[in-house]
Amino acid sequence: MDMTQYLSMFLEESREHLQKLNEALLDLESSPDNKSILDEIFRSAHTLKGMSATMGFSRIAELTHDMENILHKLRNDEIKTSPGIVDLLFKCVDALDSMVTDIANGGSGGLAINDLLAELKAGGLSASPEAPGSGSATDTLAEESGAARSQAAVVTTVEFNEYEKNLIKQAVDQGFQCYHLVVNIDPRCIMKSARAFMVFKNMEEIGEIVKSIPSVQDIEEEKFETSFDLIVISREPEETLRKGLVSITEVTEPEIKLITGAFKSLQGTALQETAALETEGNREEVAATGEPVKTVTDVRPDDRQNIHSPVVSKPRKSQTVRVDAARLDSLMNLVGELVINKTRLEQIGRSFQLPELSETLEQMDRITSDLQNVVMRVRMVPIDNVFSRFPRMVRDLARDLGKEIDLIIEGKETELDRTVIDEIGDPLVHLLRNSIDHGIEEPAVRVAAGKKEHGTVVLSARHEGNNVVIEVEDDGRGLDLDKIKHKAVEKGLILSEEADELDQSSLLRLILLPGFSTAEKVTDLSGRGVGLDAVKNKIESLSGSLHVESTPGTGTKFKIQLPLTLAIIQALLVLIEKETYAIPLSFIAETTSVLPAQINKIQEQEVILIRGDVLPLIRLNEVLQVPRANIPKEEEINIVVVRKGEKRVGLIVDTLIGQQEIVIKPLGKILGNIPVIAGATILGNGQVSLIIDVASLF
Amino acid sequence: MENDIQLVACTVENEEYAIDIRSVQEIIRLLDITRVPHSSPYISGVINLRGMVIPVMDVRKRFGLPEKTPDETARIVIINCNGALVGMLVDSVSEVIRIPRENIEQPPSCSSNVNTDFFTGIGKLGNRLLIILNLDNIFEIRPES
Repeated sequence: MDMTQYLSMFLEESREHLQKLNEALLDLESSPDNKSILDEIFRSAHTLKGMSATMGFSRIAELTHDMENILHKLRNDEIKTSPGIVDLLFKCVDALDSMVTDIANGGSGGLAINDLLAELKAGGLSASPEAPGSGSATDTLAEESGAARSQAAVVTTVEFNEYEKNLIKQAVDQGFQCYHLVVNIDPRCIMKSARAFMVFKNMEEIGEIVKSIPSVQDIEEEKFETSFDLIVISREPEETLRKGLVSITEVTEPEIKLITGAFKSLQGTALQETAALETEGNREEVAATGEPVKTVTDVRPDDRQNIHSPVVSKPRKSQTVRVDAARLDSLMNLVGELVINKTRLEQIGRSFQLPELSETLEQMDRITSDLQNVVMRVRMVPIDNVFSRFPRMVRDLARDLGKEIDLIIEGKETELDRTVIDEIGDPLVHLLRNSIDHGIEEPAVRVAAGKKEHGTVVLSARHEGNNVVIEVEDDGRGLDLDKIKHKAVEKGLILSEEADELDQSSLLRLILLPGFSTAEKVTDLSGRGVGLDAVKNKIESLSGSLHVESTPGTGTKFKIQLPLTLAIIQALLVLIEKETYAIPLSFIAETTSVLPAQINKIQEQEVILIRGDVLPLIRLNEVLQVPRANIPKEEEINIVVVRKGEKRVGLIVDTLIGQQEIVIKPLGKILGNIPVIAGATILGNGQVSLIIDVASLF
Repeated sequence: MENDIQLVACTVENEEYAIDIRSVQEIIRLLDITRVPHSSPYISGVINLRGMVIPVMDVRKRFGLPEKTPDETARIVIINCNGALVGMLVDSVSEVIRIPRENIEQPPSCSSNVNTDFFTGIGKLGNRLLIILNLDNIFEIRPES
């Protein structure tokens, strides 16, 4: 069977399971006696094993199999959970991770794992030499499920409501047969719901499905284990139904029972029976009529627990649909187009002044903005997607450095646009490493300073207006301002007399300059030449900002502020000569106007005084090389005050047009990176307007 | 038929040029072009092609020919250059022609006014000579020095 079509799904699900394994192992490390965590680990390993075996990745299957053996022994208390075992399991997860990565890159996932396998076997054996060899765990599982299933076959019963009962009775009157099917799907099947769908399809060709247990919706959402029940009415013989089921891949031999009799017998005494049953309660049991074929009540929930008591999967909490990210992008683009055309329509509407038109336009405006919000929310992913890999990373780092660190994650459910999520991982890794490596002191140093031995790193995310704020805060030694000052002077970043005049926050900002690194010794972790300036640049390229706060002796806090989305932003449109430019509103502090005489010069730099503060000015027409159009200028000069961090600059523009929602379009690779321009947008009149890259002006 | 190639013929400064039709996505009339500061001098700016922002190259500037304000006959030929769309501003587009492959000659090794790297060959059609453009070389824009 060609499995390539399932590859991407396999990879995605494998990664999810690896992530789960990582998390569960971390939990196990802190509470080694918790059996439910072991169950969870076992479950993930088992699923991985099944998936990889089906896909033909035998090495993964082999490794997970041996992991299961160890886990099985842990579960049965044959061996004790020890840091050594947990480490070994972590190693396995890492090996699995590299194998999955190898497969993603087109390899076969066949990495050298012999050492690991030997270690696993030894790990199991040394602890319990009498324990049976490989395969014990799965064998047991298979037996269990087998036993449970045969049990299920005997006892399964179905309850019908009045409507269903009538429907079947009518069908039976017309010569239809009624069958009860127990459809079994191969436990290794990756796409149970797809198989179930085919079952439904085939059965509907043969007859009519009256009822399914669990409900069709639950089946579509894979809220079933390996089998489900169907009640089908059909004129076809049992054998046709059987063939229709077995012809579907990964559907094993079904159990089919004819239950027409149950309804026939009901027929004669229908009136009394119904009446009697109705008084009994709202649910009637067909089983009550005592026919041998009739099956007995719905025991599926218990049943399921029997089959999978060690492997109970939690029902999914939220109903989700997996959608190709490219489709979301094109949806977003289309909404962008809609927004542009809406703006255009509004402009046309204004020139005609028809009350009916403007009413409709208002409606449309509301609908488009609702639509835009919904689409934006669809593209949002919880930041947990990024955060979830950090606990493991922090644990490993702390170990390597001989430090003890608690990572506290807050607000992992905070949602961010997918484009931002993809980009934010690396900067966060850097900041965390920074805190762990440079921030948190060695345990002995901490104790000497009167702090608790465990260092704490808090990683938090939250929404603040239209922004997301992510903070990395440690309770380490804090930044040494004098050291920063010396270093900056030494590296020639500032002059020593300048340094003396800088206040605390300006000094702190020095560490964000290129070429600055306070680590005295270069460790494996940081000091690889990628400084905080790289983090800062990355975040600024996402239209965000990075701040540092630090108190010597008590800790350091890095604060990242990011826009929720990068696709549609609010901007101020301005006119420079005849050209229209857009300035992202997020950068704008205020707009003001001055008379030409109010502009002063300090060392060739034009400045104005605004509420007592000196504001440097930039003439946008010069920066943007705008050709002179000889438009008569207003007396007053319009200034847009933009800020980046605590810095402010005034941009001189000719006219302020107004605020508008704009859709950011890339300029394309042929134009390459144009300085000062962040992208383009299409205005209501169809013209292209360029977006000013405010961050690059500082 | 397979021996023929189809070309879009256009004129720039009274010379006939030809573009392989397989690279041409469409031909449009002149739109508002938004100037892009700090871009390469051959780029006139960007246009809005049904919601896409596409750069437009001025062929005159690229070939070092004298500047001329585009008039009614001016067209933008939208080229699909390895997946990216680019517009080429030409004086006019005349027709789509079919030329047998054997009628295409190597470009002359030297030319008085235009860099011969920009051509892949000369197509002969009766008395007409069409200079076939090498789009890859034309769009290879080196950063401003």
